[in-house]
Amino acid sequence: MATRNELIKKRYFVFFVLPLLAAFTVGFIIPFIEGVWLSFCRFTVIDNASFTGIKNYISAFGDKGFRAALWFTVKTALVMVLLINTAGFVFAVILTREIKGTAVFRTVLFMPNLIGGIVLGYIWQIIINYVLSVVGAPLLALNSTAGYWGIIILMCWQQIGYVMIIYIAALQSIPDEMSEAAQIDGATYLQTLFKIKLPMLFSSIMICVFITLTNAFKLFDQNLALTSGEPAHATEMLALNIYNNFYARPGLMWRGIGQAKAVIFCIIVVMIACAQFRLTKEKDGEYNE
Amino acid sequence: MKMKRAGYFFKSFITAIAVLMLGGCTNLHKPSVYYLNYKAEQDEAWHRLAKEYTERTGIQVDIVTAASGNYETTLMSEMGKSSAPTMFQIQGSNDVQNWKDYCYDLSKTGIEDELTSDVYALKSEDKTVAVAFTLETYGIITNKTLLEKAGYSADEINSFDKLRSVAEDITKCKDELGFCAFTSAGMDESSAWRYKIHLANMPIYFEYRDKGINTSDKIDGTYLNNFRSIYDLYINNATVKGSELAAKTMDDARNEFIGKKAVFYQNGSWEYNALTESGAFSDDELMMLPIYCGTENEENQGLCTGTENYWCINSTVMQEDIDATVDFIKWCQTDPYAEKFMAEQMGFVCPFKNAEESKNVFMKQDDEMTKKGYIPVGWAFSTSPSYEWNNTLGSALTKYAASGDDDCWKDVEKCFTAKWAEEYELLKEG
Repeated sequence: MATRNELIKKRYFVFFVLPLLAAFTVGFIIPFIEGVWLSFCRFTVIDNASFTGIKNYISAFGDKGFRAALWFTVKTALVMVLLINTAGFVFAVILTREIKGTAVFRTVLFMPNLIGGIVLGYIWQIIINYVLSVVGAPLLALNSTAGYWGIIILMCWQQIGYVMIIYIAALQSIPDEMSEAAQIDGATYLQTLFKIKLPMLFSSIMICVFITLTNAFKLFDQNLALTSGEPAHATEMLALNIYNNFYARPGLMWRGIGQAKAVIFCIIVVMIACAQFRLTKEKDGEYNE
Repeated sequence: MKMKRAGYFFKSFITAIAVLMLGGCTNLHKPSVYYLNYKAEQDEAWHRLAKEYTERTGIQVDIVTAASGNYETTLMSEMGKSSAPTMFQIQGSNDVQNWKDYCYDLSKTGIEDELTSDVYALKSEDKTVAVAFTLETYGIITNKTLLEKAGYSADEINSFDKLRSVAEDITKCKDELGFCAFTSAGMDESSAWRYKIHLANMPIYFEYRDKGINTSDKIDGTYLNNFRSIYDLYINNATVKGSELAAKTMDDARNEFIGKKAVFYQNGSWEYNALTESGAFSDDELMMLPIYCGTENEENQGLCTGTENYWCINSTVMQEDIDATVDFIKWCQTDPYAEKFMAEQMGFVCPFKNAEESKNVFMKQDDEMTKKGYIPVGWAFSTSPSYEWNNTLGSALTKYAASGDDDCWKDVEKCFTAKWAEEYELLKEG
């Protein structure tokens, strides 16, 4: 009887998995493979591509603008990840203590995350330009330092609330008995926080770092709306550089180069994700032991 | 039992799909037109015109509009489909580079013969790849009432020196008058095209004119001082300081003009509806001055007239669809109803032999000026090597507007000389 059940399970397995697998293949695997193929081609639309070898990759790596955008993205991502996670954690710690109105504060802090990137970009552009004009500094389109910090401020504003919610959930899942036991043993509040709670939050921290890091690398809308890469590509991040590459010049070659850059971009993001996944697994193992 | 039922359903499902697929194969192809339109303002009017055509001829015409920012992406994905657009738009020679392999040769279809001049057709290697369907003109839109208030008449402004003396005089008395000479020359993305594309046309056009050429991969920059003079005039006599221009938008400039805060406003005939529908102006109050920048014989200079609106027919679709599209375009060019509709409902000034006269006051003025012997300034900007070039120029101009110093102007000059040549080199590789 058991074998018959197994047999039925195996048969129905196909019915349940097939739709999802088909959707994943059509929506992700095929376009991805096609994208990789196109990065080795010249093309106008995807069905008239002609193979050109690794020429596109040579051009992509030779492009100063691309290297500058990569460096700018790394600089922005590092600061952004650090600030968002620190602030998110601090807010989470504050808002899990018994203070009046925590629910309101949580909602308010989470709300910017519900607004689209383009809208946020334009709103912050107005605010930052106003502040710059009041202090008599050059406006965003002329001021790469303001552009750099502008992107960071905007992203902090948008994402702090989001990671805060994850940290709150994690903090609340720590049993009260543990902190009580620590207190009885004479641990101070800070000792409890850093020696007991923080290690237990490790997997949540890793999730948040992963989310913020990949978001920083994939950042497009906010960059486009806030600075549009101005002045003269100085605040252009990777995704915007690829987009501009694709559309800013006539000629079929540029699309292939844009595609090659997109593949390089994808490899970078996947590498970061893998490295982090490995680190999380190792560390998580250590703590669980 | 359950297994049997499942098997039965599965078989029925496969049979149904097979029947549907076979049905699809036997269905005879009916010729139709699919137009991927660029101008969102005319979307609804195109649908009505398409419906009228279908009622008259029985040929289905589908209109899909992709707003300007998304046009290139939409076109790319639509062209890859089995039901690709049979008719699409391009903006000029830059786009010809990308789409020439998809353009049907219009020279033998009779479509080209309906144009009032050869200059309205785009060619690539002896093939006519696109035809213009509406003309536009730009210059310095002037509020005649305010100008008279300042003590001047538009008729007396026929050179850069006169324009400058009027503008500077208005700036001097702006507090008493309550208005400025120029609206803000905003360099925000929404407005910068008026300078990095349209105003940049002037030095390119005059250089081409002197050399007797239509395009070039090298700019000497003979007229860059003239370009600087007119740009200086705009930024020094405007409603805001030069350092604030980086964030000023198209809406800011338009609102200043509609709010009667400035006399002059560089823009084009496409602005006519926005200005008159605002209720702020009657036709008599508006006129357009040529963009004078201190060149020789500029008293004969006309408005900047040209087009960035071209129709192409997709050469990769079925021949029946190509023929249907040719018929549709010819109908738009020659049928009295379509002519009238395009002029009145869409506001187009079509370069077709039987075209209706436009109500647009700026286009009428352009027509009158050309008849009187003024020489229209052509749209040489369409020969710019890439959008990247225009964007680099935009950044350099924004920087110059904020500081006004010579070093920043050198970057603008470099853009015309070195960057132009550099981008043309890249274009050859592409």
